[in-house]
Amino acid sequence: MSALAEILVPGRAGEGEALVLTAPISFWGGVDPQSGRIADVRHPQHGETIAGRVLFLPGTIGSSSASAVLMELVHNGHAPAALVLHEPDAILLLGLIVGREMGWRTPVALRLERDAFAAYRGRRVSVADDGALTTAI
Amino acid sequence: MSLALGAQEQAVAAGHDGTAMAMRIVVESAALLGAPRLIPIASAHIDGALYHGDSGTLFAERLVEGGARVAVRSTLNVGALDLMGCSRVRLEEPARGMARRMMEAYRKLGCEQSWTCAPYQAGHRPAQGTDVAWGESNAVVFCNSVLGARTNRYGDFLDIACAISGRAPDYGLHRVENRQARLVFDVSGLSASFLGSEIAWPVLGSLYGREVGNAVGVVTGVSHHPGEDALKAFGAAAASSGAVGLFHIAGVTPEAPDAETILVGGRPETVIHVTPEMAAKARAGLSTAITQTAIDAVAIGSPHLSSAEFDALERLIAGRRLHVPIYACTGRHVLTTLERNGQRKTLEASGVVIVADTCVVVTPILPELAGGVLMTNSGKFAQYAPGNTGYAVLYGSLADCVESAVIGKPFFTDIAA
Repeated sequence: MSALAEILVPGRAGEGEALVLTAPISFWGGVDPQSGRIADVRHPQHGETIAGRVLFLPGTIGSSSASAVLMELVHNGHAPAALVLHEPDAILLLGLIVGREMGWRTPVALRLERDAFAAYRGRRVSVADDGALTTAI
Repeated sequence: MSLALGAQEQAVAAGHDGTAMAMRIVVESAALLGAPRLIPIASAHIDGALYHGDSGTLFAERLVEGGARVAVRSTLNVGALDLMGCSRVRLEEPARGMARRMMEAYRKLGCEQSWTCAPYQAGHRPAQGTDVAWGESNAVVFCNSVLGARTNRYGDFLDIACAISGRAPDYGLHRVENRQARLVFDVSGLSASFLGSEIAWPVLGSLYGREVGNAVGVVTGVSHHPGEDALKAFGAAAASSGAVGLFHIAGVTPEAPDAETILVGGRPETVIHVTPEMAAKARAGLSTAITQTAIDAVAIGSPHLSSAEFDALERLIAGRRLHVPIYACTGRHVLTTLERNGQRKTLEASGVVIVADTCVVVTPILPELAGGVLMTNSGKFAQYAPGNTGYAVLYGSLADCVESAVIGKPFFTDIAA
């Protein structure tokens, strides 16, 4: 399976197991900024980690500190391998914009229709820096 | 639509100093969001000074090293330390030092040392219709909804970047056409006694956020102004369970003299009729504790308590000694009053722990306790405490929180929705 997605924020190519969230998440309070573990006990993927994963996000809610949590994960090496969103997220993606401005290596963020997310669940996904998504069999 | 920058904006962005870095962050965000231009802003509220790890400190210090200063009035949201020394923050070195450096860097950038998530109750109240760049989800929603000033939900780092550049991307809630409501959230089916109770607003806020996501809605069926602290609680709960940046309440908030005026085309696309069952479910959903036999602490003050809320707390405690502590979070704007009128002494003698400049869900203040249970009257604390503190939560009114703290066990008064 493959798709060419629009690049929301350019960044490094990545590869990892897909993590398809089934509910929107507040990064602040919902994701541990030190480890990338999903800490929100009410979230369906509570206990999973986003570190090193190709993260498919159905949306974000809550705190305006999502950007700070994502930038901290970039800085401490626990960021997702790539982020896939169905629309640009004004808060979360700032973590990547500012990380780049700081000269840190940030993962690429792509835009893809939400309906397409489920097909990637449980697969190993490669994301190229031109926005190409491919799955290993 | 592509972004068009003025000559001065382009010149600033092409530089090599801290101001240039701030302008580039604003410009990149504007491009990402499809904004056609940047607009000047009148003020900012900065949420970026809360320590989440070293990266944020390094960013703020980079701006300071680059000689950046805020161009507009900028208040600060909470930090990770209680600089007033009211409560003990258990943040250890080296994180403690990095958190202090971060707070210091934002001071050097020219921000006011307000350290509160309720800047709108600490004298920062932009006029209706002015464009501002505010961060922190509850501050944003209050600024838009109750004050009628115009801001988007500015994320950490973009808030300070806008404050330094004096500019913000022209999109979203800065544009009047996006401030109109598309849906109605009708609470007329709820009992007057519930709507008049203190828990109504945080509970309804939590339900509202979950139902509407990031849409703009208008609440109908509210017969009188519930007071600013109730609107503060509603907005905070809605902005933590959803992505709410602006709500209207017909006959209450400034842009909605009535529902028709604020609805697109005068008619709603969707009407949510709130039933007593929906309200009861939303209320139950604010609690996560499975056993309800004991509590370890009470936390109130998210958003930060006003003087009026401290008056209510003192009245309810009525000089009794608490069995478990009540952590009461507030800003230094209120602390000054509490010290002047002797309330701080009275409350602390009962066992209240006043927390200033910060709060119990953003930094380690509560004792580390496996299986701990925290009771709160705040929809926002109820949302974030389990993930951030490890405590399970029980939700109840301020009166119930106080009674529970006195006896050390959960105490609930039944309020039928």
